[in-house]
Amino acid sequence: MTARPASARPGMRRRQLGRALTYVAATLLAAFVLAPIYLIAISALTPPEIALTQYPRPLVPTEISFDTIRFFLDAAGVVDAFWRSVYVGIITLVLALLIGAPAGYAIARYAFRGRETYRLLVLSTRAFPVVILAIPLAVTYIRLGINDSIIGVALMHTALALPFAILITSSVFISVPRELEEAAQTLGCHPIQAFLRVSLPLALPGLAAAAIFTWVISWNDVFAASILTLREPTLPARVLTSLTQSRITFQFAAGFIMLIPSIVVIFFIRRYLLGLWGRVVK
Amino acid sequence: MAEIRLEGVTKLFRQVRAVDEVTLTIAEGEFMVLLGPSGCGKTTLLRSIAGLEQLDAGRVLIGGQDVTYLPPRKRNIAMVFQSYAVFPHMTVFDNIAFGLRMHRTPRSDIQRQVQQAAELLHIENLLERYPSQTSGGQRQRIAVARALAMEPQVLLMDEPLSNLDALLRLEARAELKRLLNEIGSTTIYVTHDQVEAMSMGDRVAVMRAGKLVQVDEPLTIYQRPADRFVGGFIGNPPMNFLRVTVESRDGALVAVMPDAGEVPVDGADGLGDRTGSLLMGIRAEDIHVEGGSRSPGLRGQVLVIEPLGSHNLVTLRLGAAQVKATTRPDERLDVDQEVRLGIDASRIRWLDVEREVALADDTEIGPGAGLGEIGPSELASEKE
Repeated sequence: MTARPASARPGMRRRQLGRALTYVAATLLAAFVLAPIYLIAISALTPPEIALTQYPRPLVPTEISFDTIRFFLDAAGVVDAFWRSVYVGIITLVLALLIGAPAGYAIARYAFRGRETYRLLVLSTRAFPVVILAIPLAVTYIRLGINDSIIGVALMHTALALPFAILITSSVFISVPRELEEAAQTLGCHPIQAFLRVSLPLALPGLAAAAIFTWVISWNDVFAASILTLREPTLPARVLTSLTQSRITFQFAAGFIMLIPSIVVIFFIRRYLLGLWGRVVK
Repeated sequence: MAEIRLEGVTKLFRQVRAVDEVTLTIAEGEFMVLLGPSGCGKTTLLRSIAGLEQLDAGRVLIGGQDVTYLPPRKRNIAMVFQSYAVFPHMTVFDNIAFGLRMHRTPRSDIQRQVQQAAELLHIENLLERYPSQTSGGQRQRIAVARALAMEPQVLLMDEPLSNLDALLRLEARAELKRLLNEIGSTTIYVTHDQVEAMSMGDRVAVMRAGKLVQVDEPLTIYQRPADRFVGGFIGNPPMNFLRVTVESRDGALVAVMPDAGEVPVDGADGLGDRTGSLLMGIRAEDIHVEGGSRSPGLRGQVLVIEPLGSHNLVTLRLGAAQVKATTRPDERLDVDQEVRLGIDASRIRWLDVEREVALADDTEIGPGAGLGEIGPSELASEKE
């Protein structure tokens, strides 16, 4: 220790300081995201009489109770709406990736006439506010007879999520070197086999990210779901209809229930993401 | 093992002729090097043979079979990529076994063939690792092992050593040469490194702007370049090119440089009875630098002396031209010293002044035009 030259110390101290600052920043960011989640969670889990009367609420729950949540789940149509939202999310995820991934792959791999225009066009669909589309959309849905249905909402959500799915997957496939596929072809693969055995496994982490994103877009969507459903709403649409007339505990419980699937999905896919990236990235 | 025939192979990228009517036959078991500066089309040609590029004209035959329209997987080739293209999500074993599995080789054979290939390249101890746990040199070996495990008829290599550092490259070069000698498969090897080309190839095909410029054994290319480009590209230092007038004097030929005197060139090859203005190509080691100013030869002045250990590289001024010559390391010369240059007439390569192309004498190929004749017949006669 004593033998260390004096000049090394300021540099090291600066590095330690930088590290400390990084941690502080990370903690603040995490708190920014986690604090509301935590507050909603404890509010939803404290007995309703405490949650309603005590103010400010205790930061550490003294008593856990599922009364609030049970109350919310017992409200008419909430459980059905919850499962409807899950199904819509899953269908959206599958459709968006089934359509988006090949499109992203094409943009990444092939130089074709109008590629840049296509890329821009894909994005520009999002510049078109859904509000303007609302009435024609509802009319079209009613005419087609897919209003108030899971598949109807899923189709709309797919349309909303597709631009992101395409752009994310294309950047994912760009990062997988083309030479790997070519090598697989020289080693006996049909181009499709080369894709399935080499590009797809390498792209999976990125595709998983696209999947999370798609699912979250669908799960969070209120507007399209509210327009397209009436008697069979998704969870956000169902919550929205009674939000203003309900007790604050109901709102806490709704917020909490809506958070859970997102957190589960993100945790599940994230572990998978890190597992793959940890191995693939040099 | 198979013979490869390329017939008028042409590949366009929009308007650019990346590969321009290349006709070439590579004999069974031959090690052919495609050499050229970057962008000359050598990699595109290799990819065309692999089936990774669709030809715009011409045919590719491997082992007598027309494979022009066959996809890579049906060509019985294996390729080593410049970036190695080792699959990062598979272990080294799975990488090497990949091709065998695709060809539905029985499991026991896979085990054996992977083991053999790994042993050839001394990477048996890496089989359980992932590529990210190996070094660049090891990855290069994995890529070669993966290609060799397929026991392909044709081995294609795209600058396999260019991503290694200098020392490792030297080692890998000798190793690869030994290995390929042992296996004896038909190999096409792309490189822009002329030393690699010279030291490894049975024959070297020099390319420029999509065309073959010269196809010959390395030494022939070095000593008898087909044109100024090849002479300048191959060898370090590049060949010297001096503009001279050849005159017949008392039955003997001399090359005259207006501002540097003259030098006898009797016995020079390929001159025939041509006299007049010509381009004289001469290698640095075929120029003899004489310190005394009374000996015959071209008058020169020493500009730079670079001692390189085994020899000295001397840059000299001859009138308006500059010439590089090598001298023995113990030769005493000073900067600015007046010297005389003798030239080994039998080593001179005569070029046409306008076209900068070797005088048509005994060259196997007429550069530019007449590429059609580089065929096996010629090869055969050369070897007999």
